[in-house]
Amino acid sequence: MGPYFSVTVNEANSVRAIAAPDAKGEPVKLVCAVFDRNRQCVPDTLIEIWQANAEGKYNHPADRQAKPIDASFHGFGRQITDGNGACEFETIKPGRVPGPRGALQAPHLEVGLFTRGVLRLLATRIYFSGDAANGECPVLALVPKARRATLMAQPVAGQPGTWRHEIHLSGPRETVFFDV
Amino acid sequence: MLVYNAGRMSRGAKNKNDFSLVVPYKRIDSRSQPPYLYPPYRLTLSRAPRRPLIVLPHTLSEITGPVFGHDDVRETDNDLTRQHAGEPLGERITVSGRVLDGNGRPVPNTLIEIWQCNAAGRYRHRIDQHHAPLDPNFSGGGRTLTDARGNYRFVTIKPGPYPWDNHPNAWRPAHIHFSLYGTAFATRLVTQMYFPGDLLLPFCPIFNSIPDAKGRERVISKFELNRTEPGWSLGFRFDVVVRGRGATPFESKK
Repeated sequence: MGPYFSVTVNEANSVRAIAAPDAKGEPVKLVCAVFDRNRQCVPDTLIEIWQANAEGKYNHPADRQAKPIDASFHGFGRQITDGNGACEFETIKPGRVPGPRGALQAPHLEVGLFTRGVLRLLATRIYFSGDAANGECPVLALVPKARRATLMAQPVAGQPGTWRHEIHLSGPRETVFFDV
Repeated sequence: MLVYNAGRMSRGAKNKNDFSLVVPYKRIDSRSQPPYLYPPYRLTLSRAPRRPLIVLPHTLSEITGPVFGHDDVRETDNDLTRQHAGEPLGERITVSGRVLDGNGRPVPNTLIEIWQCNAAGRYRHRIDQHHAPLDPNFSGGGRTLTDARGNYRFVTIKPGPYPWDNHPNAWRPAHIHFSLYGTAFATRLVTQMYFPGDLLLPFCPIFNSIPDAKGRERVISKFELNRTEPGWSLGFRFDVVVRGRGATPFESKK
């Protein structure tokens, strides 16, 4: 039963490097793992990431902030989860982007997700656990306090620069999903 | 489904240096969208979120998105019948149409990707074990950019229906998966296109998950004689509407 993403998203057009190795900013290797309601991993899930550069600027004409674009930074990633429901991205930690009413959002990644059993695109975000800006983020403030942790990537002990984030589609640890 | 409403949406950048005010994209009419949890589609039971979605006010993060250009597609990427040494078996068809936004404006230069099974109903994928033959001349994936007026065109073969294990004697109607980016993260769309007159449509839970009859009608392509190429292919038209900009009225009267 389809959709089978690797029919069209193959090695030629998957994108692991959201930022080139020489992009400005704090390097991040991000491991994402997707789980269903029964804590089973979900292979063959399309995960797409969109983020700002280290200055908090997007590579897109609608972002007219007077901040520099980094030629080594693309901002977009796209992977399909493997047999263990996991995939990896190489990027840099994004800077803070303005949010509603002038408040700066905390560093975050926009995430789009699609797989069998999911009838339309799921939207979520990934934040970085422990970032001082999280407490001031106007978007995180919209999320019930008890659920904010589901949006936090965690640093991996012993692997500096590597972060792990679990996305739970359903169940007791269900990730926060957004109506964009 | 319950949704937390975060309050009024921005009405546009009054001060052009204030990047906290952005022109948002219009909200989607929920009746044209399937719910996540739809028990007749069994796999949604373990994969659909059950908790309320949080309404996300549009910020720069939502109104920007990846931009693809001509470097991202090769000329023959839109022709699924010319990707191998020989031609695939099946009924040659063209699928064409326009991408418009919710304000009726064409969306130029936007990337469309499609994927589908072959004429026998078999996907070229390691998981698909349906007992139907693979076609060595068919992979099933294509991509194209819309032109300056939002038009696109694919050449392919008509996919076959195939059985799946959702319920006894379950069959998916013939369909082509469509994936579009639009102009921003907020406009990203993945959908399925069906064919007119397909006898399996009334029985398909994925098709039936769209609550509104108009919404179901919109995902069925139209056969158009003026899109057929005599002696060569039948033509189907499929227009796609992605979200447009501008705040939705706070109370819509329908």
